[in-house]
Amino acid sequence: MRKRFKTTEFYVAIIILILFTVIGSQNGAFFSSANMFDLIRSSIVPGIFVICTMMVIISGGIDVSFPAIATFSMFTATKILMLLHFEGPVVVPFILAGLIGLCLGLINGLLIAFFKLPTLIVTLGTSSIFSGFLLTFVGSRQISNLPKPLEEFGKMQFIKFTDSDGIVIGLPMSVLITVAVVILVAVMMKYTMIGRGIYALGGDPVSAERIGFSLPFLQCFVYGFVGLLSGIAGMIQTTMMRSSNPVDLLGSELLIIAAVVLGGVRITGGHGTVLGALLGLLLIVTIQNSLILIGIPSYWQRFVIGALILVGTAIAAFQMKRSTAKQTSILI
Amino acid sequence: MSNNALKRTEPDLSHHDLSFSFSRFLKSDGNLTRLFIIMVFVFIMMSILSPHTFLSIDSFSSMAFQFPEIGILALAMMLTMISGGIDLSIVGTANLTSILAAMVMVKFIPPDASAGISILWTMLAVIVSMVTGMICGLLNGFAVGKIGIPPILVTLGSMQLYMGLAVVLTKGQAITGLPAAFSGIGNGSLAGIPVPLILFAVCIALMYILLNRRPYGIKLQLLGTNRTASRYSGINNTNVLLKTYAISGLLAAIAGLVIIAHTNSAKADYGTSYILQAILIAVMGGVNPNGGFGKIAGIVMAVLTLQFLSSGLNALHVGNFFKDFIWGIVLILVMVINVLSPKIKWGRRRHRIT
Repeated sequence: MRKRFKTTEFYVAIIILILFTVIGSQNGAFFSSANMFDLIRSSIVPGIFVICTMMVIISGGIDVSFPAIATFSMFTATKILMLLHFEGPVVVPFILAGLIGLCLGLINGLLIAFFKLPTLIVTLGTSSIFSGFLLTFVGSRQISNLPKPLEEFGKMQFIKFTDSDGIVIGLPMSVLITVAVVILVAVMMKYTMIGRGIYALGGDPVSAERIGFSLPFLQCFVYGFVGLLSGIAGMIQTTMMRSSNPVDLLGSELLIIAAVVLGGVRITGGHGTVLGALLGLLLIVTIQNSLILIGIPSYWQRFVIGALILVGTAIAAFQMKRSTAKQTSILI
Repeated sequence: MSNNALKRTEPDLSHHDLSFSFSRFLKSDGNLTRLFIIMVFVFIMMSILSPHTFLSIDSFSSMAFQFPEIGILALAMMLTMISGGIDLSIVGTANLTSILAAMVMVKFIPPDASAGISILWTMLAVIVSMVTGMICGLLNGFAVGKIGIPPILVTLGSMQLYMGLAVVLTKGQAITGLPAAFSGIGNGSLAGIPVPLILFAVCIALMYILLNRRPYGIKLQLLGTNRTASRYSGINNTNVLLKTYAISGLLAAIAGLVIIAHTNSAKADYGTSYILQAILIAVMGGVNPNGGFGKIAGIVMAVLTLQFLSSGLNALHVGNFFKDFIWGIVLILVMVINVLSPKIKWGRRRHRIT
């Protein structure tokens, strides 16, 4: 039990609670169900991205290309379906986007696994390639009349009720996809050999190889899987916005990485949990959506988030320094 | 055998020899040779593809005004990369410091000020921006060296922080109406040479001295290669890191000044794509992203290559998105070639066969 109090997740949860009480005491509208549902709705797509980034960072790398992959797959998939006058089940667009994302992710994975290139620079390069290719050759104009199945899926509500003020509140069906992804990855990271391999790869690649993990396979798996999930997330974005915009998601990567790192996933690899990453996301989303509720102008947003990253990581680094200091003192 | 032994006792005089031989310089580093070939290849390609637009004096002079800003940013990136880190905050620093400079100039120089007063305030604005740049860099260096946060995270956070501050200061608006004396720096020429190019040359010269003629350069390389070894050999790692990031911030501030002098306005989110380009140029120029190695000549050649590519594609009326695409491909290709080429070793294999 005492161990639980020492985790980063615990601190982040406390910070979120404090933030909630502060914002809630300043503005009663914060705790209204409309606002809470709004927070959840704005975490559906970033939720999947956070899970992706968490996996990559645990494996000891970093991926900044997932917004480009998501945009590429959703826009290309929508375009293909438009050309085919698609009318079939809604699963098909998601599978198509996922497959496109998988291919793009595998490009990252192969470059990283077989040429041993630094992950940040590879993904910076490929994200520039993907978005450049998309905007030049596939199209740069937003598609606003989606195929019918996508349009209908976007309108479907998972929960729907009218609150005391007469406002209709609901959550889109796609929230279920995010929940499924979260559970799937949480189980995979904890109970399967691949998940353990990813932790091992991030913790110490040499040891991971010696105990029999295939590093190229693990790296291709991680980046491919991330590509697949990004493609699906992109499709969710399309259904939620009711349009496919090729510049919608670009530029969101840094905030996602910040959320993951704030949630206690170590940037050096090998350490982190799904719960922590989600808490980090909650923190960032709350700040993004609620600064205005306590009367802080929205142009302070960037500053606050930057300060939060610096302070949060400084605390984490400080803790780690202290724990390693303890270890060496035992050895001597 | 004896021949070898004789060779070994001979001291390496190449560093003391002041006469400059271009072929020897290129031969000393395979990466530089490759880069030189790529640069010449791109130049010839672009000359063939658009002989009238690319090979004109106008195009060369506009190039000379364009590449210094990104070149200076790439120098900053190179420095932090040699130390084994990365500085994602350079564009944020450049924007923040240039906004401060623009604010000083716009606020304190009355429209009817005499030349003396206006030059005085411009100088002050430049000093303010450079000092702020160094402070921004020192903050990064403190977080990296003293607290021990990974550089990527520090500069990710400080990038948001500096850009956020710039947004707060300007409320998201652009600052325009800089004094003519200042924008003359960005668009003027001195004895036929564009002023930004002169500034770039000065930065290169200072960096060359710093890296090759001062103990700092050796310390930086050792730190980048092996942090523990450098600590045990008596180098104050924290000190070197503080210096590195401070110089990086200073260079970013200079780049910011060149940018606002060139565009005659300052904005909080100006040039966000410069980050990728600076990393691209540094990596293409042969800087090892894991630290320890990098040459200024490589940076210069990489900047020129990209400028040829970009101007040539402009002359061909290619869109900006396509340029992004090409740059990404060039970045990945250069890195793959850099990894593969030591494994192939063309020269030696031929020897073994004959």
